[in-house]
Amino acid sequence: MLQTAQRTAKLKRKKRTPASLGEAAADKTAPPHERFLEAFRWMLLARALEEKLVSLYRGGQITGGVYIGKGQEAVSVACGLFLEKGDIFAPLIRDQAGRSAFGEPLVDVTRTYLGSRLGPMRGRDGNIHRGHPRDNELAMISHLGAMVSVTVGTLMAKRFRGEKDFVGLSCIGEGGMQTGAFHEGMNIAAVEQVPLVVVATNNHYAYSTPNDREFACDDLVERAIGYGFEGYSLDGTDLAACLDVIGGAVKRARAGRPPQLVVASLLRLSGHGEHDDASYVPEDMKGQPFARDCLKLAEQTIIESNLLDPNALAEWRKDAVAQVDDAVATAQKEAVPEADKEDWCALSTRDLVDHVGEDE
Amino acid sequence: MSITYLEAIREAQAKLLRDDDRVFIYGQDVGGTFGGAFKATKGLAKEFPKRVLNTPISEDAIVGTAIGAAMQGMRPIVEMQFADFSSIALNQILNNAGTHYWRTGVPVPITVRLPCGGTKGSGPFHSQSMESLYAHYPGLIVMTPATVEDAYTMLIEAVTIDDPVVYCEHKYLYYHLKADKLPDKGLPIGRARIAREGRDLTIVSYSAMTQESLAAAEELAREGFEVEVVDLRTVKPLDTDTVLASIARTGRLLCVGESFPWGGTTAEVIARVTNQGFHLLDAAPQRLNAKDTPIPYHPNLWSAHRPNAKNIVAKAGALLRE
Repeated sequence: MLQTAQRTAKLKRKKRTPASLGEAAADKTAPPHERFLEAFRWMLLARALEEKLVSLYRGGQITGGVYIGKGQEAVSVACGLFLEKGDIFAPLIRDQAGRSAFGEPLVDVTRTYLGSRLGPMRGRDGNIHRGHPRDNELAMISHLGAMVSVTVGTLMAKRFRGEKDFVGLSCIGEGGMQTGAFHEGMNIAAVEQVPLVVVATNNHYAYSTPNDREFACDDLVERAIGYGFEGYSLDGTDLAACLDVIGGAVKRARAGRPPQLVVASLLRLSGHGEHDDASYVPEDMKGQPFARDCLKLAEQTIIESNLLDPNALAEWRKDAVAQVDDAVATAQKEAVPEADKEDWCALSTRDLVDHVGEDE
Repeated sequence: MSITYLEAIREAQAKLLRDDDRVFIYGQDVGGTFGGAFKATKGLAKEFPKRVLNTPISEDAIVGTAIGAAMQGMRPIVEMQFADFSSIALNQILNNAGTHYWRTGVPVPITVRLPCGGTKGSGPFHSQSMESLYAHYPGLIVMTPATVEDAYTMLIEAVTIDDPVVYCEHKYLYYHLKADKLPDKGLPIGRARIAREGRDLTIVSYSAMTQESLAAAEELAREGFEVEVVDLRTVKPLDTDTVLASIARTGRLLCVGESFPWGGTTAEVIARVTNQGFHLLDAAPQRLNAKDTPIPYHPNLWSAHRPNAKNIVAKAGALLRE
């Protein structure tokens, strides 16, 4: 007899708001300016969190690397914001804003970076590899492109079960777009006709390698037609455009259109990781329109269009910092993993663990 | 009635598809009226057209898709057309499926079927045995059935287990091995089997090498030697206890595997035996593997490249006379 115990992922995700105290969040039907403000607030939170992580790293309190999404918050937040309960999110390295908007608690981040035993990875994996697969936030592996087909599989499972009205969103960069795994994943997504959105952020550098050594086509979005995707280009510094284009792609995928590819252009405003000073980025590139800071631009829009009272904006900033400090303090108080309490067991089926021998 | 090793694999999949709607088969040419390069899924797509699915030639994405589906509660069976091509999917199998439970607490119940081992004329890219490579990595169970009965019950168990299973089915056994009927139940997974009893020498083997070792034991019996043959059944977990118990009876060990010689399953068995059972040994333990070259095409070269009854007899004979 087969085991019948279902391991079906429980969809526990609650609608979260970027505010620490209850304030109604904009939903998918919210007017554009409300959604813009909600997105901006997640971006603020992501920026505050990552600035804190950087300072902890520089102070020697984080082991391993710190990888931030500075300059990519507008694209990322749009990736998380339009996903609903039951949808699948496969974030990548620079997706703090999207992860938060999707529902990842801040304390997950601080616990993972600070190695708390209570974090989702329990000290077994670090930094941006965290995830909650049971809550549909997939845990990326470092091998780029691999998560596209995994996302396809999650969507096929939902279809097998007869679920309706769901979508998956998988993030990638222009670096990861050059892997074999990415090509295979895109092709199989289109063959299976799953409701998938792939958001590719061209941040102009694969670690230190510039675009002209990464690919030779005129525009990466042209690949969409070759894969059998619908493709859209996007100015990744423009929050309103990100919300419009990525929101539209999510809507089309959900409605049964072919898989969607969005290619956003922007400049990574940090090193690959915090160990990297990005001195290889030429000064003149930093003056290009795609090098603008999406957070500053969004704030400018808010002020110029009078979307928010300046005092409220200051409060939001304060609140973001307070939430971050809280999450850091929580994680710092918690126990770290201990080797002699670790079960050192890579299988869930305990009686099938291979025992090399007591004396080795 | 007689049923082959290949038919047992097909029957196991038919039963799995019938009994559990979480099961689906995913791989190149498995669907339609074709039923796979070796016909291991023949007829299954007719009965389950939505759950026996052809894929593009994309081993990485095939396994990646299976992993995603398994995370969401499905029980995918991936057929690699040949074990050799699973090298393209190594990243997904080792780094995604193999690490997932450890990292996240969520197991990935995929079964990857690898048609493995050599047949005449298949050459370097359609003959490989990959079990030692997969067994090296954490988080995977590696099955190597040597009989029709095990091919059937172990595949059913593989899909039932919550963790990723690499199921190595031997192509040479597909048609050569027959049984009268299929059992409802086999030995527990992880337990080795005494395939033949003896008191002079223990040959530890698995997959097709168990059949070659049994033939060698038969030959050695004519010379008056009683050879015990242990069939590991799974190379990971490796049933060290059964191996040690056998050596306690015989005092001599020859370990036979079809994969390449550097490291691997035979080396692991010998390391454990010398570490835990040194006092049981009357002679230095020996091993026999394929040669350290790519697998040759021509039958004259191929038959000398892999262990077979003849060279097992020679190696065992020397060990017995020591």
